[in-house]
Amino acid sequence: MASLLSCPHCGTRPREEFTVRGDATLIRPAADAPQSEWEAYVFLRDNPRGWHKEHWHHTGGCRRWLVVERHTVSHAIRSVVDAGMRA
Amino acid sequence: MRYSALSLFLKGLGGNKGWAPAWRSPDPKPHYDVIIVGGGGHGLATAYYLATEFGITNVAVLEKGWLGSGNIGRNTTIIRSNYLLEGNEPFYEFSMKLWEGLEQAFNFNAMVSQRGVLNLYHSDAQRDAFTRRGNAMAMHSVDAELLDREAVRKMVPFLSFDNARFPIRGGLLQRRGGTVRHDAVAWGYARGADQRGIDIIQNCEVTGIRMDAGQVVGVETSRGFIGTKRLALAAAGNSTVVADMAGLRLPIESHVLQAFVTEGLKPFIDTVVTFGAGHFYVSQSDKGGLVFGGDIEGYNSYAQRGNLSGVEHVAEAGVAMIPALSRIRLLRSWGGIMDMSMDGSPIIDKTPIDNLYLNAGWCYGGFKATPASGWCFAHLIARDQPHPLARAFRLDRFARGFAIDEKGVGAQPNLH
Repeated sequence: MASLLSCPHCGTRPREEFTVRGDATLIRPAADAPQSEWEAYVFLRDNPRGWHKEHWHHTGGCRRWLVVERHTVSHAIRSVVDAGMRA
Repeated sequence: MRYSALSLFLKGLGGNKGWAPAWRSPDPKPHYDVIIVGGGGHGLATAYYLATEFGITNVAVLEKGWLGSGNIGRNTTIIRSNYLLEGNEPFYEFSMKLWEGLEQAFNFNAMVSQRGVLNLYHSDAQRDAFTRRGNAMAMHSVDAELLDREAVRKMVPFLSFDNARFPIRGGLLQRRGGTVRHDAVAWGYARGADQRGIDIIQNCEVTGIRMDAGQVVGVETSRGFIGTKRLALAAAGNSTVVADMAGLRLPIESHVLQAFVTEGLKPFIDTVVTFGAGHFYVSQSDKGGLVFGGDIEGYNSYAQRGNLSGVEHVAEAGVAMIPALSRIRLLRSWGGIMDMSMDGSPIIDKTPIDNLYLNAGWCYGGFKATPASGWCFAHLIARDQPHPLARAFRLDRFARGFAIDEKGVGAQPNLH
């Protein structure tokens, strides 16, 4: 990952403006889901060596939550989309 | 050969020719009683204690690179046992005691230097937290001293005591903490394990784990298949990748942590100081360079290198603590991949697969734990039951609600 991140709303901005929140592929289980599903959601991670989707918050800019697809070895970024507009 | 003052003198007279390699480079045998994946500090210490404490020597350590190419060669060499929680404090103190006798035990100069570790505090709340931590340490017979501002000033007068945002009010000092020459730890353990017949196989990457009827039967490697009765994973940074070969999903994310060393200076800091407010820590190496680091970068990475934003962040915290740092040139930086576990504490446990053992999740505190981690992991492999001091480090503690959340930030690996 470079020191710059391209926000779809604000354009290319320094990485310091953003706060990383972690894995964006997790799906919150239903409230009455079995405990094993909640354990997996809260604690277990795929932690891929390769392409990875994660949440970044544009804390110092538009304050929108973004989903960044990033390679965990090369740090290259493939896409940045607004989390609310994700298909 | 045992190293001694006499052997150094005699070899010196002979122009230092005739030193034998410290360990062999054997070809892998077809089968071992135990295979350890990962020739870092923890893997090598495990092999060493398997041989010395538990008499198991038909062991191979498989390392994909060269010895010391992972986190054991990529840290800031600090040792301490200033922990708060019940599951942690006795374990790290055991590690500290092993450090204190390490060089005599394996006849290798690891340059263990108990120069003290001083954690600064900047507010009343932080002072209270450090008082509590110091008391918790004292309850386990571990040395801890709470220093006030003037006592800190006497020790390290060049700190920025009147920092507008984080004025230094005092610090928690553990005098027995300090630093150790990290590469020598790997070399000493490797040599000790090798002398007792353990095969250390470098440039041997594990590419798969072969299973039969729910049991591990061996590993596929870049040097062919190697069979084993018991498989032990100590592949910090790549724990997820290796565990994935056995179908295990871990409570771990990999994050990069950078560290830095400056140009060589005259003696400047004779202890280890940490900046409680900004998470910055610094000591001075015997070569004169200031060695320091700060926070992890907060996002998943396997890259073994950091980014400039991380450099800037650490430099800012450093200059806030020691203004004189701004005049010093950075010589180099490096990045290690940390197994950030979901509660910030390690895992030493059997896995759901009967003969597969896991040593992982050391976050960025793995170096100080090296001797105790190796000892407890060897105990687990040899006796098939956890060492009493590592009983809290179970893999299923998250599901059972017994997380060891030393920092109190919950299931957030990038905050530990």
